[in-house]
Amino acid sequence: MATGRIVIDVERCKGCELCLEACPQDVISLADTFNAKGYRPALLADPNHACTGCALCAVVCPDACITVFRDVPTPKAQVALEV
Amino acid sequence: MATLTADITEKLVYQRPDALADLYTHYCPGCTHGTAHRLVAEVLSELGMQEDAVLVASVGCSVFSYKYFDVDAAEAAHGRACAMATGVKRVNPDKIVFTYQGDGDLASIGLAETMHAAIRGENITVIFLNNAIYGMTGGQMAPTTLPGQHTTSSPFGRDIKLTGNPIHIAEILGSIPGTAYSVRRSMHDARHVIQAKKAIQTAFEAQQKGLGFSVVELLSSCPTNWKMTPNEALSWVRDNMVPTYPLGDYKVHEELQSKRGRGR
Repeated sequence: MATGRIVIDVERCKGCELCLEACPQDVISLADTFNAKGYRPALLADPNHACTGCALCAVVCPDACITVFRDVPTPKAQVALEV
Repeated sequence: MATLTADITEKLVYQRPDALADLYTHYCPGCTHGTAHRLVAEVLSELGMQEDAVLVASVGCSVFSYKYFDVDAAEAAHGRACAMATGVKRVNPDKIVFTYQGDGDLASIGLAETMHAAIRGENITVIFLNNAIYGMTGGQMAPTTLPGQHTTSSPFGRDIKLTGNPIHIAEILGSIPGTAYSVRRSMHDARHVIQAKKAIQTAFEAQQKGLGFSVVELLSSCPTNWKMTPNEALSWVRDNMVPTYPLGDYKVHEELQSKRGRGR
């Protein structure tokens, strides 16, 4: 399965938890710390690299503070896999 | 395996659209106004309309939308966004003119302007957010408030014998010949957000083709005034608003038939 990661703009995040509900892998949680506006921002807690880069969190984020990356195996890597 | 990891590169799947200004919005946590802003901005960026777009902002929670979109904008008097957009579009027919209005602005004080813009078949796009309550003024009953819904001005629930029934804007505007595109979508989960974005895209394409008035009604949440958490509010949209305001296409111009969505 594809793997990925997200980067959350913690100062823009309002801690609404919509991305926590939307995440199929349950790898997003709220931070224990506060941002400048006093919200607990969401963060990616993904020790097992379960994030697939599906971007559903970004689709539901009302504050557009999530950037999503997905890992892409290069052609060279695919060849190595086949071998 | 180590070699494989070294050969993997990343691709950018999603980032904040350019048409959103680099500002923090004043919206409450979990408010779907932000989602709607993002969808409109994404569509404007993807269709290459950012330079040609003119927003006519409304009054209500979305009163600062002229700041939040990185497009040319004007602020209309309360309810008069469609009238002002008519003027902007007639003077600048090459521009993509759209209004962004809530239910207090469009369905209450601005109903006459909205209806007549549609009746005249003005070639503008209207993004209409329906959250069944007056958000900015503190959660009073709106024309769109559901029967039995508790608000600060209907503390025992909306009594339809006294205050009438909720207004169905997408159906009404869809019945007008000047309307090219009238649909209702919701934003209560990721699937519906994606469908809402497609509808917004089609609405702007209708204007680009000069087909007439296009409107997208978006069912939205108001966690603060509904006194719920953001996720509870989205569940409330799904369980209470969608049955009252059925999602679907109420008017789709012949030239847009291929864009017809299931909407459910």
